[in-house]
Amino acid sequence: MSSEAHTSAEYIKHHLQNLTYGQLPDGSWGVAHTVEEAKEMGFWALNLDTFIMSLLLGGIIMLVFRSVAKSVVTGTPGGLQNFCEWAVEFIDSSVRGSFSSKNDMVAPLALTIFFWVFSMNLMDLLPIDYIPLLMTSLGVPFFKVVPSTDPNATFGMAIGVFLLVLYYSVKMKGLGGFVGELTLQPFGKWGMPVNLLLEGVNLIAKPISLALRLFGNMYAGEMIFILIALMGGAWAGFSLGGVTLYGSQVLLSLGWAIFHILIVTLQAFIFMTLTVVYLDMAHQEHH
Amino acid sequence: MNINATLLAQTIMFALFVWFCMKFVWTPIIAALEERKKQIADGLADAERAKHDLDLASKRSAEILREAKEKAGEIVANGDKRASEIVEEAKVQAKVEGDRIIAGAKAEIDQEVFRAKEQLRTQVSAIALAGAGKILGREIDAKAHNDLLDKLVAEI
Repeated sequence: MSSEAHTSAEYIKHHLQNLTYGQLPDGSWGVAHTVEEAKEMGFWALNLDTFIMSLLLGGIIMLVFRSVAKSVVTGTPGGLQNFCEWAVEFIDSSVRGSFSSKNDMVAPLALTIFFWVFSMNLMDLLPIDYIPLLMTSLGVPFFKVVPSTDPNATFGMAIGVFLLVLYYSVKMKGLGGFVGELTLQPFGKWGMPVNLLLEGVNLIAKPISLALRLFGNMYAGEMIFILIALMGGAWAGFSLGGVTLYGSQVLLSLGWAIFHILIVTLQAFIFMTLTVVYLDMAHQEHH
Repeated sequence: MNINATLLAQTIMFALFVWFCMKFVWTPIIAALEERKKQIADGLADAERAKHDLDLASKRSAEILREAKEKAGEIVANGDKRASEIVEEAKVQAKVEGDRIIAGAKAEIDQEVFRAKEQLRTQVSAIALAGAGKILGREIDAKAHNDLLDKLVAEI
């Protein structure tokens, strides 16, 4: 609990609020200190916590891989190089498995997605109160550590993937081919409006499902951590109930965290695989 | 939990990370992996070739060994033959030498005999003269009876 004075609702709200930078109601620019202030900022605001954490995590991963890539040896690899080679080979083989065309960008894309999303998800396993507590003591009102519980992050990536899908669809099939794909099937040219509706939904569903699946899973996981944390927050002296609640929090947090390791990895893998599959579909004529 | 400009920032960040990964991470690592794959394949091929070479070399060395043995045997046989030849020659030479020595000795002996005979003859003739002189009571003129004496000596 960040403060004993919080009610449960405030605690949950506090944990789900991003640190938002934007135009404050009085016209100046700054960090929002309440949930309402953050809401008022509208579109032109930046979630500093999401931005910093994802930049930091992505940066660390890229630097680790870069340091290996810079000093890569063809002889016996060292520990870190071993890991990176394993990662590269794992990604390479799973991309080969689901991507049939030739495109040098897809495998690095998949590597970036997998490790970036994985590391962002992994932040979920940090004890839920530590960083917000630290930040509050530093005078920062909110701090959400897990970027993938912010829909901005997941939609941001999904939009990136969607743009790539559009780009390669047009590049591989031509603008006519792509439009034809959207309008001429499954019912032929007389069913054009229906075709457009069906295929349009099909197309739009790709980035939305990609973003919402990751966001939903991580958000729900975070939510459950918060709820479990509330149990220990109900601590009120050495009564039987208090001790039971506290013990349950420890056990449940542990159990959920262990289960969450699976979700963290799985969601990163699903995001990566679906991206590769969508790009593969963009490269192929489908009939 | 509002949709805001973070969305754009994330998309841009995503693009930059992908670009960085493609340019500076993926390419060198994949290149190193390919290079290692090639090295291993080369190494295996080299090993195969070396094994083949080893086979050839051992075959060749066995052949050389066999040839050397043959040659050595031949040399030994030649040496034996030559030795027996030398022994034969030496035998022949020794026999010749021996014969020569024997012949020389014989000639010397003959000469010696002849000389002894000669001496004996002259002494015999002197004795005969002396004997005859005594028998006849007078001096025999050696000159007058020289031919007679010679005849006698020749008869002895």
